[in-house]
Formats: sequence, structure tokens, C-alpha cells
Amino acid sequence: MNQQTADIVIVGGGGAGLRAAIAAAEANPGLDILLLSKVYPMRSHTVAAEGGCAGVIQPHDSVDAHFDDTVAGGDWLCDQDVVDYFVRHATEENLRLEHWGCPWSRKPDGSINVRAFGGMQIERTWFAADKTGFHILHTLFQTSLQYPAIRRCDEYFCTDLLVEDGHCGGLLAIDMRSGEQTLIAASAVILATGGAARVYRYNTNGGIVTGDGMALAYRQGVPLRDMEFMQYHPTGLPGSGILITEAARGEGGVLTNRDGYRYLQDYGLGPETPLGRPQNKQMELGPRDRLSQAFWHEQLAGRTVATERGEAVYLDLRHLGEQHIQERLPFIRDLARTYVNVDAVREPIPVRPTAHYTMGGIQTDRHTATCLPGLYAVGECASIGLHGANRLGSNSLAELSVFGRLAGEQAADRAAQGHAVNPQALRQQAEARAVEREALRTADGPERLPVLRDEMAASMEAGIGIFRSPASMTATTEKIAELKARYQQLGLRDRSRAFNTEWLQAIELGFLLDVAEAMSYSALARQESRGSHQRPEDFPVRDDAHFLRHSLAQQQRGGAPAINWQDVVITRSAPGERHYGGKATGEAGT
Amino acid sequence: MNGTLELVVTRYLPEQDTQPREQSYTVPYGEDMSVLDALNYIKDELDPSLSHRWSCRMAICGSCGVMVNGEPKLSCKTFLRDYRKAGVVRVRALDNLPVERDLIADISGVVEHIEAVKPWLIRHNSAPASEAHTQTPAQMARYHAFSQCINCALCYAACPQFGRNPEFLGPAALTLAQRYNLDSRDEGKEERMPWLNATEGVWSCTFVGYCSEVCPKDVDPASAINRGKVASDINYGVNVFRLLRGKGDA
Repeated sequence: MNQQTADIVIVGGGGAGLRAAIAAAEANPGLDILLLSKVYPMRSHTVAAEGGCAGVIQPHDSVDAHFDDTVAGGDWLCDQDVVDYFVRHATEENLRLEHWGCPWSRKPDGSINVRAFGGMQIERTWFAADKTGFHILHTLFQTSLQYPAIRRCDEYFCTDLLVEDGHCGGLLAIDMRSGEQTLIAASAVILATGGAARVYRYNTNGGIVTGDGMALAYRQGVPLRDMEFMQYHPTGLPGSGILITEAARGEGGVLTNRDGYRYLQDYGLGPETPLGRPQNKQMELGPRDRLSQAFWHEQLAGRTVATERGEAVYLDLRHLGEQHIQERLPFIRDLARTYVNVDAVREPIPVRPTAHYTMGGIQTDRHTATCLPGLYAVGECASIGLHGANRLGSNSLAELSVFGRLAGEQAADRAAQGHAVNPQALRQQAEARAVEREALRTADGPERLPVLRDEMAASMEAGIGIFRSPASMTATTEKIAELKARYQQLGLRDRSRAFNTEWLQAIELGFLLDVAEAMSYSALARQESRGSHQRPEDFPVRDDAHFLRHSLAQQQRGGAPAINWQDVVITRSAPGERHYGGKATGEAGT
Repeated sequence: MNGTLELVVTRYLPEQDTQPREQSYTVPYGEDMSVLDALNYIKDELDPSLSHRWSCRMAICGSCGVMVNGEPKLSCKTFLRDYRKAGVVRVRALDNLPVERDLIADISGVVEHIEAVKPWLIRHNSAPASEAHTQTPAQMARYHAFSQCINCALCYAACPQFGRNPEFLGPAALTLAQRYNLDSRDEGKEERMPWLNATEGVWSCTFVGYCSEVCPKDVDPASAINRGKVASDINYGVNVFRLLRGKGDA
């Protein structure tokens, strides 16, 4: 077994991991900071974020308004101290990215431009055309190259965290190139591995988004928080689930059903806004949970469009004109042309809701620390308490910078104190885990990996989707338990080591199943409807008396996870009604 | 689904193969099916030992570059429908790079070239942290296309000069240097010029222009490299060349 040491090891090279690495290097240039990822950093899924990155910048806007939108958008399940910190630091982080070269889109006078986004009462979404995540990721990656303190292990696959004497003392990883297992000892470990929407069949996520960090932490007894809250993005391409950004609606795109009718006005989001004049928090600029739920109702009523790639509604951009589309939404035009053969300038784009963002994640305190000393988590893999029951679009890119920086600084503090655990004990533990990984590589049971994966994804779609019934959720928990048992009977055919992607996919499936378990049991336990968690049959309304609390899923050996509850931090916004449409803007609603 | 198509994949497993070998697979044909979908079908249904890189499946992460019937392509943005007439789709790892395994090319050298050109904003006096630098849309337009590179390395597979000399910084790295040199906020051009002017810099480029043809994001590295050259006679040569190739916009 190979062995390395570092002061800080960061798992994941997306926006959060890179920002954490830079912050740690700036805090203490003498540290040895190792950025480890199963892909080269610029492949990380941050790259696929399109629409924008929130941060108050207009004179008539305020951080209080951003706070209110975020807390109401999250259906009051956000920790308000965290939201406060976030809205106060988002803009400075966007400016820092600007100083690092991020090509934010500009107004004619050369100042920063912002666009409207769902659930935001004032335009505060910074953007780089419709490739905002791509530009942020590449800017951070390129900026990280100038810090000698940061070194990388590209294409290293983290399989286990190593915990000794109550501290996280490092991790075990597979060098994908050789297939060799490597022990990396560190004073601090930051998980920045992204979300887990690959547990669903139809999702906007890349193939690498398999909940690795969540499962790694869960297996060490760290609770996964609010896992029942999965965001369905209202506009993915039918069939593939490829993301069509909310910015398409922010720029003025409208959603119509098969009758050409802007159906959102029937779901508390009206009155209908004039074509090409989008109103904040109204109609197409409502929050994502409400829009995805509206699609579901339209489909049930038979008013969606049957396309060759499945049921869809139309996202119509034609009235924006070719020049505007080409300037603001060039990637969307390209995606629609390539993947559904539609030129958005001339035809509406068929879209449908698709699993997009994991609101829950590894429980952390407001400084990104988990309950396991030495372990931090940040970005989509973490639940710091920002998004509550429904994330607002463009808050997550800002989250990467605001809390990525904090995680890097926190880990640097800890590493400076030095927290090396007993190296022999660490090595023994790593060797024991390595034997288990090897056993999986040579597994010869009767079960096939793609079959288990597809059954999991279909069951999650059916049970833990946009609307949830007690029977379907129960069926999914049972299915996941069954699949976990069958996973023990997996058979792999590839016996090699170098880039054995069958082996890596099998490990990823193990991660996915653990995450699916936490999601499904958490969903079952939350007996109310809030944000993206909707139970119209048995608990159709929000129940603050019992569930103004975070769920905490804790893994139990060989059984269902324990679900505990943690109070939400409320500082200054008492739970209220979420107002969208005419109610939000003061116009007469329908 | 209607009918099938043959995919011939160049396989190489370093632990068992002394040299690459071809393996043929029959995949179901669909109008929407990308080469990546076909490779994933093979991995799931026919041969789990096939290894290839992929992630976003929307042509933005840059992972899935391969040679398809001899041309560098993103497998997620290349469709079986365009090879129906050819009847067979041949897929191998990107040219000009060592092969790690099967369709996985070793891109570490390309990444090192990208890292070498100081691809970050260099300023001697930054605006205060609370302010953005001003940059008009016209100023941004000077470098914007060059900032669209996804590091997929297709241009390296296309570049005959890189094929002959892997020390040549190559299209993506030189483009990235230009992306920063042309940014109105940047003051680092002097620091990057030694890289650009070195033997392995812009002067190694022989104006084949194939890099720009294969670029899936219309970055046009050939034009970036052209702009990196100072001598007007060279510019003249490029222009003549591009005119001869029918690119009248040169």
C-alpha cells in the first residue's frame, strides 16, 4: 500500500474544494494541501451550472431582502444564522472571482450585470452568459495553480475515511491509473464531493455525481441532514434530463402546456405576466418546487405534450429574438439543437422536471465542521443549513465560494495545531479497508451492477419524487434494503487494476445505495409537506409544531437508519406563508 | 430503436495486452443515441471491462474525447445517426497521447502545458476588494471566445506538431495564455511572453488549423496562436493559408 501525508486533504475538486484549497493556502502558505479527486478538477460538476450566482449588488437591493427570499424559498427550514452569514459574504466572493478573472457578464458601461432568477424579489444573480458554473470552475482551477502549497492527486478515488481515536485522520483512495490503494494521512479532511442526484433515473447531473462524500461520512456515524429534500429542476430535457437553465425564464422565457396556455397562473403564481416582461417571484419566476409540482398536476390532467422522448411542456423563448438568445443563452440554444433537435429561436423547447440538487447532506455546524473532529464538509455534499426545504436558484454557486473559503480557513487552523493520529493504528485500519475493497474487485456473485443501479433509480423516482405517498415511500425503503442485500451478492467481470471502472462504479453504487437509504427513510419520517417534500395523501400541509426541525439520518449496522431531529435556528424571521405570484408583488392574484 | 450498428473499439489493457487490439460490438441504433450512449450500452450490457471517461453528457465537462472514425470528437456530442451510412463506427483513444487503457488517454502532459503558461489573472495593482474592475462588453469580446476552452484535448489529438513534439505547448495552453493576455484586467503579458516565444511556444505552430476545426466549443485556437505571433509576415502567411483553405474570414 502506498502512503502519503498532508496537512489538509480535500476530497473533490469542484468549486467548493478549489475555493477551500485556495483559502487554506492563503491562510497558511506553509501547509501541505492535497486536492484529491476522482476526476481532473475541471471535469467536476460545478462545470454544468448555467444560470448564475447570487450576490446583492444593486443599490435598491439589500442583504435583508436576499435573506428573506432565501428563508421563504426554503420554507423556513433554513438556519437563519447561516443564511445571514451567507448573504453578507456572497457579494465579496463574487467580486473576488472577478478579481481572479471570472468573465462575469457586463452592462454596456462595463459594470457587473445581474439577471432575474426564481424566487428572488430583486435581480441579484451574477452570470457569465449561461455558463456561469463553467467559468467559475475554470477561474478557480486556474487561480489555484499559482499557490505552491496546493498539490493535486487527479483521478484518485476516495473509498474510505479513516477514523482513529475519535478523530478523522485521513482517508484511503484508489490511484485510478494503477488501481493501487493509497493511504493519505492528514490533520484535516474536507469533503467537497457534490450532490447525489444520480440516485434518480432522470437527473441533470453528470455520471460522477454519486453522493460519495455523503456516504463516506454516513458510514462513520456522521448524520446526513434533511436528505428528504431533493430539488426537481422544472426544466430538463425529456429523455436525458439535461439542464435547461432557469435563466431562460429569467430572461423572459415562458412555460406553456399542450394548449399553448401558460398554466402556472392556475397554481398560485399568476396573474399572467406580459410576454417578454418577466416579473420577479411571479409565474415562470416562481420557486422550483412550485413549478415542478405544477407540471405534475398538468400531466395528471392530461395537458402535457406527448413527445417522442416522453411527456413534456414547452419552454418558449422565441419572443426574445435571436440576438438576445445568442448573447444571453448561447449554450441553451446549442444544447436544445444538439440533444432534442430544436432551434430555440424558431421553436419552443420541450422540457420536464428532473432531479437536480440535493438540498440535504452531511450535517455541519455553521463553520463547516462535522461532529467528527477533523472532518469538514462543504458545498452540495454538506448540509450547513442554507437551503432548507427548497433551494433558490443561484444560491448554490455562491455557497461554494462563501463556505468553501470558510472550510479552507477552518481546516488550516486545525492543521496548524497538528492533529496526527497514531500512524500504526491508521495503517492497520487502512489495510483492513483495503482488503474489503479488493474483495469487491474480485466479487463473483450472481447480481449485475447495472441492474441494481437501474432498479434503485427507478424506485427512487417512483417513491421519493415530486409527490410522495406513504405506500410508495415504504415500497422504496423496502426496495433499497433489498438492493443493499443483493449488493452483497454482486459479481464483477473485470479483474484488472488499471482504470478498472467497473470496480469504481461498484463502489459508487454502494455510496448511492447508502444515500438512497438515508433519503427514503428521512422522507418517510417527515410527516408533513414542506418545500420539495410533498405528501398530498396523508400530510398535505406544513406542520411547524412538529416538523420545524431538521431530520438527521444516522446509519445503523444492518438495519434502517435512526432518524433524529434537530431544531432549526430561527433568529429574526418567524415562519410564515410563502407568497409568490400576485401576492408577492401586490398585484391581484388569481 | 430501429436496427443495430457496429462499433469497433480499440482496446488496450496494460496488464494483459502488449499492443492495442480491435474489438467489435453490435449496439442498438437510435436517432438520439450518442457514441457515449453506445459505449455505456456496451459497458452495461456487453462487456463491463470496457473503460472510458465521461460525466456531464452535455459537452461541457470535457471528459469524453475520443477518435471517432479518425476524427477527434466528444463522444457525448457525436451521434450514431451521422454514421449510419458509414455502417461502422470506429472508436479509439485520442491520438497523439499515450493510452492508459482502452479509450482513456493520458492527458497529464496536456494539463501540465496548461499549467505552465500562468493561466491566471496577473495584476500589479488590483481594484479594492469591494469593487469590480470595469470591463466593457467590447473589451470582454476580445478574449471571450478564448475563455470557452473545456480542456477536452481534442485539439491536441488534431495537432500534427504536438504529435511530433509533445513538448510543444499546444493549442489549448497557448489559447489560454492569449485569453489572459487579451483580458483588459490583466497585466501579466510580459511574464507569459517567455513561454509563448520559446521553441515550444507559438512559433512551433505550423498553421495546419485542424485544431480549430475539431474544437467542440468554437474556441478557434489557431486564431489565438496566430494573434500570439508578433511578426506581420507570419500573420500574412496564416491569412494566405486560411484563405487557401476557404476560410475567408481570416
